[in-house]
Amino acid sequence: MEFDVVDLSRLQFAVTAMYHFIFVPLTLGLSLLVAIMETVYVMTRRPVWRQMTKFWGTLFGINFVLGVATGITMEFQFGMNWSYYSVYVGDVFGAPLALEGLMAFFLEATFVGLWFFGWDRLSARAHCIVAWCVAIGSNFSALWILIANGWMQNPVGAVFNPDTMRMEIESFFEVIFNPVAQAKFVHTVSAGYVAASIFVIGVSSWFLIKGRHTELARRSITVACSFGLASVMAVIVLGDESGYETTHAQRMKLAAMEGMWETQAAPASFTLFGLPDQEARETRYAVHVPYVMGLIGTRSLTEEIAGIEDLVKESEERVRSGIIAWDALQTIRTQRADTPPGVRETFEANGGNLGYGMLLMRYVEDPRDATEAQIAQAAADTIPTVWPLFWSFRIMVGAGFLMLGFLAYMFWRTNFRQGRYPNWVLRGAVLMIPVPWIAIEAGWFVAEFGRQPWTVDGLLPTFLSASRLSVADLLITLAGFVTLYTVLLVIEVRLMLAAIRKGPVQDAEETDAWNKAHQARLSGVLATDIKPAE
Amino acid sequence: MILHEFISYEMLRLIWWGLMGFLLIGFAMTDGFDMGVGALLPFAARTDVERRIAINTIGPVWEGNQVWLILGGGAIFAAWPPLYAVSFSGFYLAMFLILAALILRPVGFKYRNKKEDPKWRTRWDWALFIGGAVPALTFGIAVGNALQGVPFQLTEMMVPLYPGNALMKLLALLNPFALLVGIVSLTMLITHGAAWLSFKAEGMVAVRARRIGVVTGGIAILGFLAAGLWLAFGIPAYHYVGVVDPAGPSNPHLTAMARGGSWLAAYQIRPWIAVAPVLGVIGIALAAFGLSRGAGGWSLLASKLGILGVISTVGLTMFPFILPSSLDPKSSLTVWNASSSHQTLFIMLGATLIFMPIILAYTAWVYRVLWGKVGADELTKNPNAY
Repeated sequence: MEFDVVDLSRLQFAVTAMYHFIFVPLTLGLSLLVAIMETVYVMTRRPVWRQMTKFWGTLFGINFVLGVATGITMEFQFGMNWSYYSVYVGDVFGAPLALEGLMAFFLEATFVGLWFFGWDRLSARAHCIVAWCVAIGSNFSALWILIANGWMQNPVGAVFNPDTMRMEIESFFEVIFNPVAQAKFVHTVSAGYVAASIFVIGVSSWFLIKGRHTELARRSITVACSFGLASVMAVIVLGDESGYETTHAQRMKLAAMEGMWETQAAPASFTLFGLPDQEARETRYAVHVPYVMGLIGTRSLTEEIAGIEDLVKESEERVRSGIIAWDALQTIRTQRADTPPGVRETFEANGGNLGYGMLLMRYVEDPRDATEAQIAQAAADTIPTVWPLFWSFRIMVGAGFLMLGFLAYMFWRTNFRQGRYPNWVLRGAVLMIPVPWIAIEAGWFVAEFGRQPWTVDGLLPTFLSASRLSVADLLITLAGFVTLYTVLLVIEVRLMLAAIRKGPVQDAEETDAWNKAHQARLSGVLATDIKPAE
Repeated sequence: MILHEFISYEMLRLIWWGLMGFLLIGFAMTDGFDMGVGALLPFAARTDVERRIAINTIGPVWEGNQVWLILGGGAIFAAWPPLYAVSFSGFYLAMFLILAALILRPVGFKYRNKKEDPKWRTRWDWALFIGGAVPALTFGIAVGNALQGVPFQLTEMMVPLYPGNALMKLLALLNPFALLVGIVSLTMLITHGAAWLSFKAEGMVAVRARRIGVVTGGIAILGFLAAGLWLAFGIPAYHYVGVVDPAGPSNPHLTAMARGGSWLAAYQIRPWIAVAPVLGVIGIALAAFGLSRGAGGWSLLASKLGILGVISTVGLTMFPFILPSSLDPKSSLTVWNASSSHQTLFIMLGATLIFMPIILAYTAWVYRVLWGKVGADELTKNPNAY
């Protein structure tokens, strides 16, 4: 089998990022759920809430370390495997990563140790504040990372500088308030909250099935289903917002997600099902729902959504403009101050398409030498492979609505049916645990695979971004990462299961004492828990 | 935005060069003792209780300490993008070793006490040893190579290239001078870890750590002096040819650089920088002396000064060079040609000036809450102890 450094670099990034994102959603969501539980404890001082806090905190801790461990790889990998990318866009892209460390990760990491070691050293209130610092830190981390990622999808606020041969920041404000990044942030962290909620509901359901720790399990479900329901609605609304932004920022990605080869008359229909055929440039056996796509994508009945064929034609124009930009850039680079008048203006007029010109470097060393056939090929390269996008998008959306239904049902049973859950639902809840992870990984796949052939949309082709390493380098590290991560993942899952089986540490004496006192306070009114339905 | 014009590009570059040093020194001073404790673990602590004492002295703080490295990486990416790109990809397999070690470390801390099985625990003890010793050694090796120049090249398009095959490149990194610097780094951080254990741990752990720390402190000083002499008389330096514009565009191809001369030249131009190596030697010597007398806090403080001196020595000696290229000296990265744009440096400086004091304040608060020695009773009292 032929190995190619660029493909191996991409594979390694995909593998390490997807591993990393097994742990991140739970960190984002559980940190917040634990902080909420601890807050309830501080307000009521009821022992069961502290037991809940500690129990879910233990699971949080087992998961958290792997999120941190795999996260270091992510930060180092840009330099290790994507060195030209780092040189080319580091002036813009590096800043949010550094700000993540400065504003968020320091907070999270400094306080997470104190949270575990500070139970006896801090007052309950101070300890609760520490929990919130961890939660805020992890969520702010996500904000900066998604600002960085959002810039790769929609590179605003930056301009190419011929003196340094790289992109440089023009408006930091635009980079931070990039609409794509903002929609992505809320969409992604809410997805983490949903994952944690479904995890908590699933584990608690298992306790209820086994008839163990029922008091703790019921309260955990109550918290998680309300939090989860609100979050899943946010995920869907902001997913829609992301779709709307994508209509404008990344039209090719949207068309590919929809398997939409031809531009349709507005409003476009949504393809519920179909088999995209890249060669023939059509989607077979397509089942359409009229109007829906036009409404989601443009929020209007009259605006058109461009199909792949039309976008390729546009790309071809941009490739030609890119060649002009490249030519002007070479003059500026060699002549510097003696650049003839007009050349800089030519570059400025066409510079936005420089990346399209660089697409030709897959076929010729100097884009100016490209033939007509090569220009057409470069334009065709701007189509990502459609079927994996088409399908992973549908898996994500399907899983999202499944979770919405599930959480709404749990919320209804909890609040309007005295928390009686049929046994089959509890079993189903355990089986639901992997669903949010499937949706999340599918979502990242759509976001990143759909950006191809670019690392930074329209600016820098992926094949140029990778470090010029050797295949041997890549095989060694890829094998190393996969082995190390797999071993750690297996250990993690086992420790999680062991901690769940062991269950929360219950201090019976303290609980009894509190219950007695509570009953006395209610002066005869019983405050017992409702028995689970059998 | 014209706000950034308030501070000149040249000044911002100098400040960011200093801040990069500040972050690396911060990393070595804080996470350095975590790595030192990891490397000392199998030797200074023999029984399971002793090992748990050693681990729990750093248990609550290593995670925050490690962020100095993460932030250092992020800050180099933001402020010195070509440096980040060339060093991380140029030291590719060495970086992978560091990563693998740093991945093992957090997992080792958290998972070790999850099972009673002694085999399980011994396995994680070695993982923690690797997680401490390997990065400490490898960072030194990387610095040793930077001082000699690294075989990379930047094309006209600024694409970093590193010709040669993977294994040979890794072996080339392990040259005698680099290994010597690696040993200095390893023994310096072990001494630092010993000072920490002397300060934080009770019983035999502290006693053994002190004994080892005295020896490693001595080796670190001798190694540092030997490396200094070797560098001064055996390793050619790099220098600019002709005029440099410290506020020019970040593009190495705009000025000429060459290899030759001695790094000692820096001490003729700026004699005051000799303070750094002197501080390095005195700091480590005081730390070793303190350890031999059974001191904890004072040894730790002295060791911190030693680290400050040693790392500053490297930076000040090479200034303005940061990462010279042995293959193509014209591609060398310096303070004047490898930074981000004026505006990025300015924005990042603003963010640092706001958030760094906050970070230092809450970190100090956390250390204060956790003040006091860790002994066997601490392990039974806290169910969350590692």
